Amino acid sequence: MIRTPLRPLARILSARDRGENPDAIERENLRLRHEAMRDKSRQRAEGRLLVMGLLFFSAFTVVGARMGLLAATDPVEPRAAASGASILAQRADIVDREGRILATNLVTHSLYAQPQSMVEPERAAEELAAIFPDLDAEDLKEDFTGSRKFLWIKKKISPEQMQAVHDIGDPGLLFGPREMRIYPNGALASHVLGGASFGREGVHSAEVIGTAGVEKTFDGWLRDPGNGGQPLQLSIDLGVQATIEEVLYGGMKLMNAKGATAVLMDIHSGEVVAMASLPDFDPNTRPQPALKGDPSDSPLFNRAVQGVYELGSTFKVFAIAQAMDLGLVNAETKIATKSPMTWGKHRIRDFHDYGAELSVTDIIVKSSNIGTARVALQIGGERQKAFLGTLGLLEPTPIEMVEAPTGKPILPRTWPEITTMTVSYGHGLSASPLHLAAAYASVLNGGTKVTPTILKTPMPAPGPRVVSEQTSSVMRAMLRAVVTRGTASFGEVPGYAVGGKTGSADKPNPSGGYYKDRLIATFASIFPAHDPEYVMIVTLDEPSETSGSVPRRTAGWTAVPVGAEIIRRVAPMLGLRPEVEPPAQHGITLVRN
Amino acid sequence: MRSLFYVLTALAVMGLAFWAYRENYRTQAKLTEIDRLQSDIRHLRESLNVLKAEWAYLNRPDRLRELAAINFERLALLPLTAEQFGTAAQVGYPAEPLPPITDPVETFGALPETEETTP
Repeated sequence: MIRTPLRPLARILSARDRGENPDAIERENLRLRHEAMRDKSRQRAEGRLLVMGLLFFSAFTVVGARMGLLAATDPVEPRAAASGASILAQRADIVDREGRILATNLVTHSLYAQPQSMVEPERAAEELAAIFPDLDAEDLKEDFTGSRKFLWIKKKISPEQMQAVHDIGDPGLLFGPREMRIYPNGALASHVLGGASFGREGVHSAEVIGTAGVEKTFDGWLRDPGNGGQPLQLSIDLGVQATIEEVLYGGMKLMNAKGATAVLMDIHSGEVVAMASLPDFDPNTRPQPALKGDPSDSPLFNRAVQGVYELGSTFKVFAIAQAMDLGLVNAETKIATKSPMTWGKHRIRDFHDYGAELSVTDIIVKSSNIGTARVALQIGGERQKAFLGTLGLLEPTPIEMVEAPTGKPILPRTWPEITTMTVSYGHGLSASPLHLAAAYASVLNGGTKVTPTILKTPMPAPGPRVVSEQTSSVMRAMLRAVVTRGTASFGEVPGYAVGGKTGSADKPNPSGGYYKDRLIATFASIFPAHDPEYVMIVTLDEPSETSGSVPRRTAGWTAVPVGAEIIRRVAPMLGLRPEVEPPAQHGITLVRN
Repeated sequence: MRSLFYVLTALAVMGLAFWAYRENYRTQAKLTEIDRLQSDIRHLRESLNVLKAEWAYLNRPDRLRELAAINFERLALLPLTAEQFGTAAQVGYPAEPLPPITDPVETFGALPETEETTP
């Protein structure tokens, strides 16, 4: 750049000649120079502004374009991200307490047809009928040649069947992938598991939804992808459950019973280790619920949870425990048991006449209705009802099964003194075997309330206190005496110090009154009695033991031997080591002051 | 000096372009491989699931019970009973080895009938 001098000599000289002020020339030049400088800096500033504007414009264009693109594209899985425990099955497995599979999924195929793209509909129909014997060739032909555009043929087919259908070679027969629920153990724990079926169905997939049992209760949890395919762990033990079902089935047949149920529960945590109800069903082919007849005769009926029965003398334990806890009686208190006992127009009888009086222990050991009724009168109806309420016998069980609310105990409408008396020996109040198990656990585990659960709960906090530890210990000794010298003498299992209480209640006749020859026989037991680990309830529906000249129906002859056999088989499996029972504490009387 | 700078810049841009081009293709190849691997994993998981189901099916208690009954002559398997629990004291340990004999004792005995001495 050529810099113009402010005072060019030629112009100065000529200006001097003309007599002008040469400073004017300098000022003029200075002005021009400043103008040039100003123009230049403005141009530069404008250029910078333009560049900035362009930059902002393109940045916003990129952001806008990206947003538009993101909004317009279909969502895809991130391809590059490492897949961890990816969700493979749409429904989580169910496992037992040791992690053995109770329910899992299998990928199969469904078969559907698009008749308009079929080549030989008649031949395809005949071949399909040959592969699937339950399909009718004529119906299929009608469907294939009619106006239908789409029809399902089979919801689940095996790989062999799929190959056979492939071999028909018709382009109108198509397969859709299906995840099906399978229960590899068949009928085992069928009432606990329930079953599953297809919900909304499409060609490419179908929902699998639970229809009963834990499958339905935990339907949302099992289908929640947020769990990352983590299985649902139940408190059931597969081996114990299988053994109980086997022994119970044998016992049911031997005792000519119509149905049977057994509940084995951890006495401290309330975990249900096994729950069997017979007759049962195979959840892989869950039968349709019966539309007529008594629903309790259906194999779908879970007697342990839904079956509410008058459980008879097993309830005596609650009356005696409460009376002792209140300090009304102790184990040695004598109670009048003169039979029959008359109360208004009602008469209470014992199975045998036990003489003028019995100690409280002997009332339990010999199962005296009259003695228990007299003790219950001392307690009074209100306190009795409140106590049964704390044991959970007035509400449906809180177990996590969809059937639980249907097992609502049947309570007497009013609670006069005669009800207090009958309820004390288990008549007039119906509850399910699971109720009984939870209540026994609460009273006998040391006296803290137990809430039954079907989920594995390693160390639940002990519940609120129901009875004192001492009462609980005295009750355990009484139940042990029932087995050693009382009504449950067949319940003795060497090494396991079984304690228990029998209960035989006449079944109510739907047309009023009670049947004379139909009983619900119950054996409620704990083992080992000196340091209980488990509580087990065995209930037989209408048993009759026919080895003698007269059929014997009471629990001592029917439910107790079955229960003892179950304990004999199951206790070693539960890891209980046979123990020599500590001797009864002579000289020390366990009573309240 | 300036022209060298231009040349170097141009070369750098070309180099970067080539690198980006190559990286792009390598990424595509890796993504394809990941897709393949993930589909492999899916298939393996599927078959693992089938195997697990089969394992559970073959080990179902009903079947094991039947097998134990069928093979009773060879296996003699019986249900677990309380008698099978033992204590550590019941385990038969081998007898402890004798300590070395350092001072042997000479013994003599006399039989009364024969009056013979035997060492």
